[in-house]
Amino acid sequence: MTRTKCETDTRGNFSPMLKLVMRRLLFSVPLFFFVCSTSYVLIALIPGSIAQTILGINATAEEYEAVNRSLGLDRPFLERYLNWFSNALQGDLGNSLYNSEPVSQLINQRLEATFSIIISCTLVCLVFGVTFGVISALRGGLIDRLLDGISALGLAVPNFFLGVILVQLFALRFSVFPAIGYVSLGESVSGWFHSMVLPVVTLSVSGIAVVTKQTRDAMRDVLGRPFIRTLQSNGVPQRSIIFKHALRNAAIPVVTVIGLVFVGILSGTVLVEGVFAVPGLGGLAVSAASTSDVTLIQGIVVYFTLIIISVNLVVDVLYGFLNPKIRNS
Amino acid sequence: MSDVVDLQEADKVNVNYENSPLSELFRRPFALVAIIVLVMIIVSSLLAPFLAPYDPYAMEFSRILTYPTRQNWLGTDGMGRDVLSRLLFGGRRSLLSVVEGVSVALTLGIPLGLVAGYFGGWTDRAISRFVEMLMSIPAIILVLVVFSALPRNEDIAMVTFGVLSFTTPLRVVRAATIQVRGELYITAARVSGLSHLRIMLRHVFPRIRGPIIVQGTLFCAYALLFGIGIAFLGLTGGTEDPSWGGMIGEGTKVIIQQSWLIYPPGILSVLVILCFSIIGNTIRDVVVKDETVAQQSYSRSVKKNFLASSPKVVTNDEYLLSVTGLEVKYLTNKSDVTIVDGVTFAIRAGETVGLVGESGCGKSVSALAMLRLLPNGLEMTGGSVVFDGQDITGVSDNDFYRLRGSTFAYISQEPQASLDPTFTIGSLLCEVIRSHEKMTKSDAKRRAVELLALVELPDPERVAQLRAYELSGGMAQRVGIALALAGRPKLLIADEPTTALDVTVQAEILALLRRLQIETGMAILLITHNWGVVSELCDRTLVMYAGQIVEHASAQSLFDQSLHPYTQGLLGSLPKQSNEHGRLSAISGSVPQPGSWPAGCRFAQRCQYATIACKEDQISLITVSANHESRCIRIHEIFSSEAR
Repeated sequence: MTRTKCETDTRGNFSPMLKLVMRRLLFSVPLFFFVCSTSYVLIALIPGSIAQTILGINATAEEYEAVNRSLGLDRPFLERYLNWFSNALQGDLGNSLYNSEPVSQLINQRLEATFSIIISCTLVCLVFGVTFGVISALRGGLIDRLLDGISALGLAVPNFFLGVILVQLFALRFSVFPAIGYVSLGESVSGWFHSMVLPVVTLSVSGIAVVTKQTRDAMRDVLGRPFIRTLQSNGVPQRSIIFKHALRNAAIPVVTVIGLVFVGILSGTVLVEGVFAVPGLGGLAVSAASTSDVTLIQGIVVYFTLIIISVNLVVDVLYGFLNPKIRNS
Repeated sequence: MSDVVDLQEADKVNVNYENSPLSELFRRPFALVAIIVLVMIIVSSLLAPFLAPYDPYAMEFSRILTYPTRQNWLGTDGMGRDVLSRLLFGGRRSLLSVVEGVSVALTLGIPLGLVAGYFGGWTDRAISRFVEMLMSIPAIILVLVVFSALPRNEDIAMVTFGVLSFTTPLRVVRAATIQVRGELYITAARVSGLSHLRIMLRHVFPRIRGPIIVQGTLFCAYALLFGIGIAFLGLTGGTEDPSWGGMIGEGTKVIIQQSWLIYPPGILSVLVILCFSIIGNTIRDVVVKDETVAQQSYSRSVKKNFLASSPKVVTNDEYLLSVTGLEVKYLTNKSDVTIVDGVTFAIRAGETVGLVGESGCGKSVSALAMLRLLPNGLEMTGGSVVFDGQDITGVSDNDFYRLRGSTFAYISQEPQASLDPTFTIGSLLCEVIRSHEKMTKSDAKRRAVELLALVELPDPERVAQLRAYELSGGMAQRVGIALALAGRPKLLIADEPTTALDVTVQAEILALLRRLQIETGMAILLITHNWGVVSELCDRTLVMYAGQIVEHASAQSLFDQSLHPYTQGLLGSLPKQSNEHGRLSAISGSVPQPGSWPAGCRFAQRCQYATIACKEDQISLITVSANHESRCIRIHEIFSSEAR
């Protein structure tokens, strides 16, 4: 019955993993292309808007035309698009319409704050979500219902509203944490930590609820499978059964939600960064939208897409790592 | 945000069969409250022009940022406008956003989901790929793109949101359609030449309305969250036009002066979102009839207090295991259902005892009760288990696990599913070995390979490197036996060890068990409904029916002269053996369900010899001869001709 594939040692054989990664990368190309094109087309659908943004509505027709010419907007759409795309691939995302700074430079200044938030949030969601989920799966009863209630509330409270409440409570009333601003990690680690607490709590609540639910369901499912009984009937201690075997198997479905939780967190930064005045990509996107800075927002779309693609890649690798069936087939 | 949840739930929404969700919905207090609150909020938003005490735009600079007063029930904002009036008018904008987002998403999602689910194949794959792609884009960023091109247009923004989020309803509709598609009447409709469109509209769609309603309601919550989010950012209309999200945003700007303002719109939004999700989840619960097994905690324990009332403990040095009066109940909120009813038996060292009966008679449950491995909801409520002269009934759960594997071990009928797929066979064996005896990893590895060789697996070293899904059923069962042997148990409980295997493999496994028993001297309790297995291996046999032991004799005397009509019925089907489901052709009817056992003889309904007397009182086990017991009051009449 054993297939010939099993002849080779399955340990340390990463070529199937490599294939997995390759497949995801291949899939990412159309995704990247699709998102960039969609946003570009959306903007192009509104003629004249770019020149209008720069000049205001009171400029003369000649002035508009001059701007259009200088930005290449008088060219056919396809040509403009291909031009933008090939520049983007080389890292040139054009200049901001608002203050003429290079878009990539504007974005790069904001990356540290955004990465600090999204990475911390993802870790917080995983650590707390998995812990709560395991407790809930094992204990059930009251704790279960309590967690259910909290997570229903956690999902119903808009993150920005929660953020504002937290600022009011912990920063304005009791000055436990700074209300706003961001301290760079290179500047001061404790300052960074302090400035991160409120935004990370705000953005993690719904993710924790999601991971808790997924972990609980997965743990319940795994604990009901026959192999758990085998381990029990053979005298393996309960601790090992839960934390080594059940958790390891439950981790597989849990990993699959990381990608979705991450997209949730990234979307959340758009709403929440402003509340805490964190100088990140999300806040930049909002100000780009409010100033109609289309080249800037276009560049941010590119970065968002790249971030999501890389996270999906990491999730895939983790998934393959946890699921030997994938790794070896 | 909460799109994650919606997507999570997406695949779980099932198709309901006979439903009147609405009436059931009203019977649930939570949902009823949610519906009332939601309707009140919607109605009062619609009637805002009549209900609002003030013009929502009227500024009163003498009353700025007041807390609730008698004039302004919810206070005033930074420009002296009445908060209550603005909330009422703001509800129109916020609820309109919900309608826009949801209707676009459903309009796109339902037809595409239907098409993907109905046609399957290439269409499905193409649509699913596209969906996967869309799902990894955060909707909000593309909505910001729209805002940068079309400033302050909330309608277009919500439509864009709908276009970007239709994947959620699509997935639900697709999953539900796939379920319906396979059903007979759809096939019949296809064969009879109805057009695909007609089948989808007339036959599939009505069946998947339930999941669509659920999804639509939950999606409202998501759309509202999104709508107030973009309004909060201040990207929609000016601050004059009230909306809940915009009001939270305005409150945030003046939060240093006054913190009250964020709460009325914020709490109202939370309330509406909660209402939507409570209603959606309740409909789901009503529509998707889950087989809700009493959700009990995983770590359950044997009730310690039943010992006082348990029957006298049979302690006999002759026996390795004595089980007395074993009782197992299924505990539900309403009533307790007895599954195993006073089972008493004993096993000598080195003996093989068969436990025979149709499915649902309580054979496996009895065995699992001894091991304290009952599934959730089942509990051992009476009886005692004495092993090797020691009463183990009172042993605490914390200590009990040490007994498993080293005194008695268990192999199941699902060999592959019984092995943790994420670990190699070798590491599973090592772990079990090391939880019984202290030894180094390399020693344990050596012993693991020895055990694999002992169960006659070819090339044990290679097998140790494989995982469960790389093994055949027979190999997996051998591994299961190796695991069970690792603790050198004195009793092996084998729960239909060959049922899932091919006939030739069955014989091999039985031969292996016999050999191992001779070599190790362990006793075996063999649960089976296969008489062939009994005749091959067993010294004595217990026959179980509806939670009771109905006959007990040496295997030989059962075959020679069974003294219970049920056993005879079982044996009557011997030529055919039993089929996979344990249903036996020689006896009509089926085993009565626990909870509906008759008062008298439980087999009476199916017994050709039954009289009125059989149905009156409980029948007790009668000792016919030294080694033969039967739970039948008519044995002397029925079997008189041949019995002696």
